[in-house]
Amino acid sequence: MTVVSDPRPRSAKRPSRLFKNWMAKIASLPMILTALVVFLGGTAWTVTYSFTGSRMLPRAKWVGLDQYERLWDTDRWIISIKNLAIYGSCSMILTLVLGFSLAACLDRKIRFESAFRTIFLYPFALSFVVTGLAWQWILNPDFGLQSVVRSWGWESFAFNPLNDPNTVIFGLLIAGLWQGTGLIMCIMLAGLRGIDEDIWKAARVDGIGTVKTYVVVIIPMMRPVFITALVMIASGIIKLYDLVVAQTGGGPGLASEVPAKYVIEYMFRAQNLGQGFAASTMMLCSVVIILIPWAYLEFGGRKRG
Amino acid sequence: MSTTLKSLLVGTALTTASAASAVELEVTHWWTSGGEAAAVSEFAAAWNATGNTWVDGAIAGSGGTARPIIISRILGGDPMAATQLNHGRQAQELIEAGLLLDLTDVAEAGGWTDIVNPSSLLDACTLDGKIYCVPINIHSAQWIWLSHAAYENAGLEVPSDWNEFVATAGDLNAAGTLPLAMGQQGWQQSIAFGAITLAVAGLDAWKAVNVDKDADAARGPEYTAAFEAVAAARSLASESAVQDWNLATNMVITGQAGAQIMGDWAQGEFAVAGQVEGEDYSCLPGLGLNAVLDTGGDAFYFPVNDDPEITAAQKELAALLISPEAQVSFNLAKGSLPVRGDIDMSAANGCMQKGLEILASGGVLPSADISFSADTQTQIEDLMAQFWTSDMSAADAQADYADLIEKAD
Amino acid sequence: MADSSPSAAALEPRGRKPKKTFSRANIFLYGTLIMVSMYYLLPLYVMVVTSLKGMPEIRMGNIFGPPMEITFEPWVKAWSEACTGINCDGLSRGFGNSVRILIPSVLMSIVIASVNGYALANWKFKGSEVFFTILIIGAFIPYQTMLYPIVIMLREIGLMGSIWGLVLVHTVFGMPILTLLFRNYFASVPEELFKAARVDGAGFWQIYFQIMIPMALPIFVVAIILQVTGIWNDFLFGVIYTKPATYPMTVQLNNIVNSVQGIKEYNVNMAATLLTGLVPLIIYFASGKLFVRGIAAGAVKG
Repeated sequence: MTVVSDPRPRSAKRPSRLFKNWMAKIASLPMILTALVVFLGGTAWTVTYSFTGSRMLPRAKWVGLDQYERLWDTDRWIISIKNLAIYGSCSMILTLVLGFSLAACLDRKIRFESAFRTIFLYPFALSFVVTGLAWQWILNPDFGLQSVVRSWGWESFAFNPLNDPNTVIFGLLIAGLWQGTGLIMCIMLAGLRGIDEDIWKAARVDGIGTVKTYVVVIIPMMRPVFITALVMIASGIIKLYDLVVAQTGGGPGLASEVPAKYVIEYMFRAQNLGQGFAASTMMLCSVVIILIPWAYLEFGGRKRG
Repeated sequence: MSTTLKSLLVGTALTTASAASAVELEVTHWWTSGGEAAAVSEFAAAWNATGNTWVDGAIAGSGGTARPIIISRILGGDPMAATQLNHGRQAQELIEAGLLLDLTDVAEAGGWTDIVNPSSLLDACTLDGKIYCVPINIHSAQWIWLSHAAYENAGLEVPSDWNEFVATAGDLNAAGTLPLAMGQQGWQQSIAFGAITLAVAGLDAWKAVNVDKDADAARGPEYTAAFEAVAAARSLASESAVQDWNLATNMVITGQAGAQIMGDWAQGEFAVAGQVEGEDYSCLPGLGLNAVLDTGGDAFYFPVNDDPEITAAQKELAALLISPEAQVSFNLAKGSLPVRGDIDMSAANGCMQKGLEILASGGVLPSADISFSADTQTQIEDLMAQFWTSDMSAADAQADYADLIEKAD
Repeated sequence: MADSSPSAAALEPRGRKPKKTFSRANIFLYGTLIMVSMYYLLPLYVMVVTSLKGMPEIRMGNIFGPPMEITFEPWVKAWSEACTGINCDGLSRGFGNSVRILIPSVLMSIVIASVNGYALANWKFKGSEVFFTILIIGAFIPYQTMLYPIVIMLREIGLMGSIWGLVLVHTVFGMPILTLLFRNYFASVPEELFKAARVDGAGFWQIYFQIMIPMALPIFVVAIILQVTGIWNDFLFGVIYTKPATYPMTVQLNNIVNSVQGIKEYNVNMAATLLTGLVPLIIYFASGKLFVRGIAAGAVKG
C-alpha cells in the first residue's frame, strides 16, 4: 500500500516535468478522465450532434441549424419554457422569501428552535419522486384536500390544481417549495448567525424597528448568501424533471411539461436524437447565462482563495 | 400408489430433461394493466411449460415510457432476449444497424406468409425481404365503449353510433353523468382524434392523410368537420379528471361516465371487472359509423445475441408466440385479435367477434405505427395533448396538424 | 460557494434564551411557525394515516382522519406483493437493488473524491486547477447534455444496464461536489503538518493514510450522508442506465404507483412511498446537524 514515491516537489531537479509529482497525477487520473472525457467530451459530443439529423442512432448527417429552427417552432418546447419560467420565477421568489422569513423567525431566539428546524428541513431528505407522489395524493380531487373541505359543508370549494391545465404548475410549486425551502432556510439562518450582534444594538439605539432593520440593514449585508441561495435554486430549477414525472407526468395535456422532459422524450421516445440534443444544448446555454453573471459577481475583479 | 409414483417419476424426468436445455429469456413489455398482465402470463406459462424460463421485464406506463428503455438497452449493448414493440417504423433503424435477429428461417418453417392475416402485419415486420419480428396480436384503436348503467340511470337508450352519442350527450350530462371519459395523455387523445376523424371525415380523406401524407387533404373540408367534432368531444370530456387510460375505462365500468374512446385493449378491463358485452357495456368499432379498423398491434423483436444457445431459444420462443394455442389464450385474455385467421376464436366475446368479422371482410387500414415515424407520431400526440386540454380552436389545430403531415416521414 | 455552507456551530442559537413569552409579537411568531409547520408535516401525516387504512375506508373520504381500523396489510403488500406486469414481488427487489447500487457507489465516489481533493490541496501539479475548474463547472451542466454520450461510453466498456454501470455514473456525477468538499477541508489542514511529514520522508499515500484520513473523519461522515441521500433518491440515472431487473427503489416505486390494475390502491401506494423515503429519513433524523452541513455542501449538485 505504501508506495513511497518521493515526489520531492519544487526543490529537487527531475529529468522531466511530466514525472514530477507523478503519484499525485496518477491518483488524479479518475478526476482528469471525468473532467475531460465525460464532462467536456460528453457535452461537446452532444452539442456537435445537435447539428445533425440523427434519429434513433447518432449519425454525422449535418443539417446545420434545422434542429434549432424546429425546436423554437415547436409549441411543446415553448410551453415547456414558459412553464419553467413561471415555475422558476415563483419558486425563486417564494423560496427566498419563505426561506428568509423562516430563518428570521428562528433567529428570534425562540424556544424549540431545533424542533422547528427539523420539521422544515426533513422534506429535503426525500426524493422528488416521493414528494411528487405524496402531493399527488393530497391534491387528489376525489379523496384529497378538495373532498375534505367539501365534506365540511363548503360544497362549491374547488381546489384541483393537478387536473386543471391553468393551475397545474402551482400544484407542482406547492410540492417543490415543500421539498426545497428548508435548505434555503438553513443557509439563510447561517447567514443571519454570521451577522454581528452590534448591528442589532446599533439599530435599536437608532430606534429602527425589527422588520425595518431586516429589510434596510440585514438583507443588504447578506447579499453573498442571497446570491449563493439564488444559484442553488436556479440550478435546481433547470434540472426539474423527477417531480414532474412523478406528480403529473407532464399533464394534463402539455400543461406541466418542462424542458428536461422534452429532451428525454425526444431523445428516446420520439427517436429523434438530434432534436433532443438541440434542446439539451439550449438548456446548457441557459445555465451558462445564469452562471456567468454569478461567477462574475463571485470571483470577478478580486481573486479569492 | 403406483400412479402417484409414476407421475412423480415422470415429473422428475421432465425436470431433469428440461434442466439440461433450460434457457432463461428476459422478455420486456409494457403490459401492466389487469387484462394485459393476465394475457402475458399466458405466454409466460406456455414458455415455462417447454422447460425454459420466462423472466418478466415489465415496464410500467405506456409504450411511450417503455420504448426508450427498451431501445436504449438494445443500443447500449445489453439487450433483452425478446421485447415487445409496436411493429412498423419503430424498429427500422435497429434492423438497419444489425441489432435485431433475422427470423426468416423460423417464418418459412412455420409458413407465416400463409397464416398471418392480414398480410400487412407481416409486411411491417419485413425489411429487404427478411422477417425480423413476430406479430402477436392486432390492435385497433377505433372503438367506443359505452356504459349501459350510465344510460339506464339517465333514462336513455344506449347509442348505436357516434352521432347518437353526441346527440344524447347533453341529456346524459344533465343527469349528472360525464358523457365522455378521457385520460389526459397525448397518446389517448391522439387515439380519440384518429377514431373521430375516421368516423367523421370518412375513409378516403383519412387514407389521403394517414397513408399518402397529403397535407392538402388535412387542410380540406372533411378534416375541418373532423376537427370541429373533436372540439365538440373535448367539451364533452372537459370534466374528465383522470390521467391513466384504465382509470378512464373504470369510469365507464362503474357508470360514472357514459363512454370512452379507446382501443380494443379496454375490453380486457371490462373482462377483469366481470362485465358482459351487450348487457353491461357496448362496443362500437369505427364508432359505429365506418366499420373499419386499423391493424396496429404488438410484435416481438429479438435482439441479436452472441450466445448460440440463446439464439436457438429466441427462435423457439418466436415459433411459440405465433402457435395456435398461444394465440388463442393470449388474445382471449387481452381482448385483442389474433394474427392468424385459421384458429378457432369462438370463445371470444361479442366485441372480439365484431372485430374478427371486420378483419375477415378486409376492412383493415394500416396503423399509425406503420405510416408514421415515432418522431411524427410524438409530434401529433403533442399537438393533440395541447388541443384537448386547452381552448385551442379547431382551425388552429387543423392548421398545425396539416403542417405536421406536410413534414411527416 | 463552499465557504457559504453553514457550519454546525453557526447554527447554534446565540445569547440568552427568550424571556417574555406572551408578548403580541411572540404569539404572532409562534403562530406563524406552527402554521408553517403544519404545511411541512401534513404530507407525512397523510401518507402515514393513508397507508394504515383499508381501501373501503379511503373511499369513504377524509384523508386527514386517523384510521378507524389500523391495518398493516398495505405495507406488506407494498413491500412484497405489489405488481408490475406479472412480477409481484413489491418493492423488496428495488430495495435490494438500491442497497447494491448504494454501497459501492458511496465507497467508490468517496475514495476517489477524497484522493482527488487531497492531491488538489497538497500536491498541486501543472493543470490540476484547470481540471478542477472543469469538474466544478460540470456540476452545473444539465445532466441531459451528457445522458446519451454516457450510454455510448457504458456500451463501449460493456457496463450498460448493469449495476456497475450505474455505480460508475454516480461516482462521476458525485465527484465535483465531493472533490470540492475534500479539497477545501484538506487545504485548511496546517501546512506545517504536511511539511513535517515530508521531511520525515513520507510519500503521497503515507501522508494520505496516516495523517489526512484520521483528521478528516467528520468530513467523511458529511460526504457519506450527502452521497447516501443523493444516490438513494436518484431517479433519472436509475431509469436510463438500468434495466427492470436492476431498477433502484425510486424507479420501481414510480412503476408500482403508475401501473394500475383495476383501481388505484392508494394505501399501498402511500406505504410504498413511505418505504422508499424511509432510508433518507432515518439518516436525516439520526445525523442531525451533520446532515445540514452535508446538504448545504451538496446543494449545488442539484
